[in-house]
Amino acid sequence: MTYLTRSPWILHYDASSCNGCDIEVLACLTPLYDVERFGILNTGNPKHSDIFVVTGGVNEQNREVIKNIYEQIPDPKVVVAVGICATSGGVFRECYNIMGGIDRIIPVDVYVPGCAARPESIIDGIVKALGILEEKRARMRQPDTGKKATGGETV
Amino acid sequence: MSRQIVMPFGPQHPVLPEPIHLDLVLEDETVVDAIPSIGYIHRGLETLVTKREFPEYVYIAERTCGICSFIHGMTYCQGIEQVMDLEVPPRAHYLRTIWSEYSRIHSHLLWLGLFADSMGFENLFMNSWRLREFVLDVLEETTGGRVIQGSCKVGGVRRDISNGKLTAMAADLAGFEQKLSDLADVFLHDDSVKSRLVGVGNLSKTDAYDTGAVGPTGRGSGVAIDMRMTGYAAYGDLGFEPVVEKGGDCYARCAVRVRELFSSVEIIRMAIERIPDGEIEVKVKGNPEGEYFSRAEQPRGELVHYVKGDGTKHLVRSRIRTPTLTNVPPLVKMLQGCELADVPVIVLSIDPCIGCMER
Repeated sequence: MTYLTRSPWILHYDASSCNGCDIEVLACLTPLYDVERFGILNTGNPKHSDIFVVTGGVNEQNREVIKNIYEQIPDPKVVVAVGICATSGGVFRECYNIMGGIDRIIPVDVYVPGCAARPESIIDGIVKALGILEEKRARMRQPDTGKKATGGETV
Repeated sequence: MSRQIVMPFGPQHPVLPEPIHLDLVLEDETVVDAIPSIGYIHRGLETLVTKREFPEYVYIAERTCGICSFIHGMTYCQGIEQVMDLEVPPRAHYLRTIWSEYSRIHSHLLWLGLFADSMGFENLFMNSWRLREFVLDVLEETTGGRVIQGSCKVGGVRRDISNGKLTAMAADLAGFEQKLSDLADVFLHDDSVKSRLVGVGNLSKTDAYDTGAVGPTGRGSGVAIDMRMTGYAAYGDLGFEPVVEKGGDCYARCAVRVRELFSSVEIIRMAIERIPDGEIEVKVKGNPEGEYFSRAEQPRGELVHYVKGDGTKHLVRSRIRTPTLTNVPPLVKMLQGCELADVPVIVLSIDPCIGCMER
């Protein structure tokens, strides 16, 4: 837990989810689970955030919004896909308007399965994301190995 | 007259847990019109009826919305039961009622929290959600799921609650009700809450009726419409009275939901007292043939599930109409003439559930 030296802020976006995972993400922020003890706050502004928490299987209309938000978040950034819909499309995989997973649109660093994902697993996923965030930051500081952090390497 | 400008609100906005987009037409600080556009959460789950067998579709119906998931599953099951002429045992009806009311309390507390957040009252948000965890614990202990329960099935319910557990649940409600009244006191009597809500987002009774407001949005304007009055599940036995307020503003809509928390506690208590012993499901034979409009009261208002079967194991059509969709025209009415700074509070006051609305 030595990497908990900063206060990473999260941005939560609902990309065609049923709400189940969204209310569990919010439950993480409230007194029983309280991720604020890790210095984590929920923010509405992409420019203020480090961790992008996305739920749902992504539909046609959400696609551009997600890309847009992702591009606005400054580097280094990590993406956490919360719930089975965000991971693979889940029960809605066969629906005509579902892309089937956030990783079809943007690189994902951590997958949190579950329908709905439990707050405990969401917190676990976010704490994992904190480690990845630090790795990316360290990599950005090294002049040789690429300036831009890429996602999709760790589960 | 000053110049009009159009300001976008959403789809991603700090007060919105889910995406909806509103184009606000402004004259200085006054909103003269609001043009909603939707479609960010549309999944097209109704078409899945052709790919899933009718007993499996309960899971899809439940996942229309993660907040009132139990009631979605139940309404769908009631539709199929009507088409197939199934007589559900009374104990299953009572269990469905108990779980529905727990869902309503969890949904209303969730909404009260978000509503407090929309008016900048962070502490109240946290306290509402702290209290809500009590309900989620009960749901998890009795069904196995916190937000998606999966305990309803065609012909009854999937699991029973022992009478001992029911008695313990009823006993726990007393302490919970005490905490609820402390919370309700702040929502209904605190000066700073009142100053943000009273007279904001007015909707007259005629407008509410004409624009088709349902649930607490309608009842806050004096329209006594509540599907529980039709007596589905065990509501007929329990003698249900709807909660109605006449104010028509954000405060009245908040008061309806606060009072419904107590009426739900009362319904659960009565249901636990009167629940009969016996079977919890009937055997389902054959396939549904025919059609039915099944209606139930969700925390946000009237929910309609239309089902149509042709005698095969796949339904031909499922159609879901959710309360948020019908509450959007009243919302537009409320927004006309309000001040820009009140928009988040007014939008939240209809308890928008976009996941439901767009299916």
